[in-house]
Amino acid sequence: MSKPHLELTGVEMSFDTPKGSFIALDNINLKIKKGEFVSLIGHSGCGKSTVLNIVAGLLQATKGGCILDGHEINSPGPERAVVFQNHALMPWLTVYENVELAVQQVFRKSMTKQERQSWIHHNLELVNMAHAATKRPGEISGGMAQRVGIARALAMKPSVLLMDEPFGALDALTRAHLQDSLMEIQQELNNTVIMITHDVDEAVLLSDRIIMMTNGPAAAVGEDLYIDLERPRNRVTLADDPTYVHYRQEVLKFLYEKQRKLESITPRRNNQTTGTNMQKDTAPAAKA
Amino acid sequence: MSTLMNTSSRIRRFGGLKALTDRFTGMELARTSKELVLPMVGILVFLGFWHLAAPQVNTSLGSFPGPVQVWEQSGQLWQEHINQRERADKFVIMQEDRNARILAKNPDAEVKIRSYPGAPTFVDQIVTSLITVMAGFLLATAIAVPLGIVLGLNRHLQAAINPLIQIFKPVSPLAWLPLVTMVVSATYVSEDPMFEKSFLTSMITVTLCSLWPTLINTGVGVAAVNPDLLNVSRVLRLSFWTHVMKVVLPSSIPIIFTGLRVSLGIAWMVLIAAEMLAQSPGLGKFVWDEFQNGSSQSLSRIMAAVLAIGFIGFVLDRIMLTLQKKIAWNE
Repeated sequence: MSKPHLELTGVEMSFDTPKGSFIALDNINLKIKKGEFVSLIGHSGCGKSTVLNIVAGLLQATKGGCILDGHEINSPGPERAVVFQNHALMPWLTVYENVELAVQQVFRKSMTKQERQSWIHHNLELVNMAHAATKRPGEISGGMAQRVGIARALAMKPSVLLMDEPFGALDALTRAHLQDSLMEIQQELNNTVIMITHDVDEAVLLSDRIIMMTNGPAAAVGEDLYIDLERPRNRVTLADDPTYVHYRQEVLKFLYEKQRKLESITPRRNNQTTGTNMQKDTAPAAKA
Repeated sequence: MSTLMNTSSRIRRFGGLKALTDRFTGMELARTSKELVLPMVGILVFLGFWHLAAPQVNTSLGSFPGPVQVWEQSGQLWQEHINQRERADKFVIMQEDRNARILAKNPDAEVKIRSYPGAPTFVDQIVTSLITVMAGFLLATAIAVPLGIVLGLNRHLQAAINPLIQIFKPVSPLAWLPLVTMVVSATYVSEDPMFEKSFLTSMITVTLCSLWPTLINTGVGVAAVNPDLLNVSRVLRLSFWTHVMKVVLPSSIPIIFTGLRVSLGIAWMVLIAAEMLAQSPGLGKFVWDEFQNGSSQSLSRIMAAVLAIGFIGFVLDRIMLTLQKKIAWNE
């Protein structure tokens, strides 16, 4: 194997709190190949987002470091585009202008005005949002806004696409729809993707590889599972597929047996998303 | 949540059609009455109460003016303005004639062109006040918005400046005025001044008193930009200038506008007080002069000025509201 595309070595992250330093991540080591689709899964509070933010450059690791294509990551940059959970579109700009802001910044010198225009349209078409180019984020649904967020990230031509629970805030049907779109786009562009998710089905369906993280504090990589399923993948046929079911079980076992999180339901009522996800994932029937 | 917003915007989009079909139904009628009839009732009740109560209040200048007297005096003030204008026009024509005659006799003669020496009318004073308040308000905005952005972006600077803001914010215009007057007369010395000193004094006082709400709101708005959007800006590596112009400023526009509306309201209130005390031209001076004049019509004329001040303040706020709806993205 040639040199890895993206490499995290001995990453440790600690935060200063009034009660002393809190170690969130402990010695994370990861090597990711070009074009690989990697999911990070783990219970909430295990530091998945911290890993993603370190790769994005939004956070600086306390120890260790992160190398992308031979360069150390010290600050954020468009070659590591981020798709945020709540789309993070500028509410005062139209869909087109939101993508334009990114394209303008990244390709100001390398593209002519016409090229930039058609590149923006191309990316909006890629996520099926060209029809709403003149709408503001407040005028479109959450799923549509998330598509635009993805288009904006893709329009930066990133070498790594970072997605922080990109479909977490969407309803199940919209989520399935967007997952299919993402698979198609990924097939076409072959981006390297790191995605955080809480959803076991989403992880198995989309990923080439699932990184399961142990519970924090001092979270680390627990298991590293390669998903060897042929693409294109179809969620309906896969639901019965024994390999798929096996992978799914592996992840569930890790999350609910090996890394079982013991917490009473009542004091965590504000964290309802985690609660519902857990119920759904432990339910025997697979989502169709 | 988002689907909910979507539905409501759809309802709004078809609102025109709905209004057409509902025009003569009871609901529409009830709404019209709420929007139009009730305010009219309120005003009429007030006028009636005023009309009945005013004659009961006796002052050394006669009884307090009722709505009828104030209405008559308003007409009178307008008539005086028209008359004054006519006289001013005549004065200009006469002066031109005279100068032409002098020049015809002796082409090398130096002719003098004087402006009309008549006293400013009520309408002139309104115009002066409006110019002063706009100048003071614009200067306040030009200071407060950039300073607010800097404070909002820099927590340390904000911590350092905040006590000063809290202390200067509640200061009355009357306290500033003597200081401003002295400083302006000492520093603004020029053979051919571009502005009157009295104009500068009023304007600076207005600025000093009205910049605080805009300053505070801008700081708050800038500090409260959605962290996700700040991260987007960092990922895009926007330059500081682009970051401020494309992310920070648009994001805080709605809250800045709220501050601007409060500021303009304060500016207008402060101006009248400043003009009264400083004897600088404007509505405040008009009120003070009428008070000193002490004729039997003075109270009616002052009351007309009070109503004009209130109405102009209301219109200024409406203009700001319209501007806000045009510019702010959340309206």
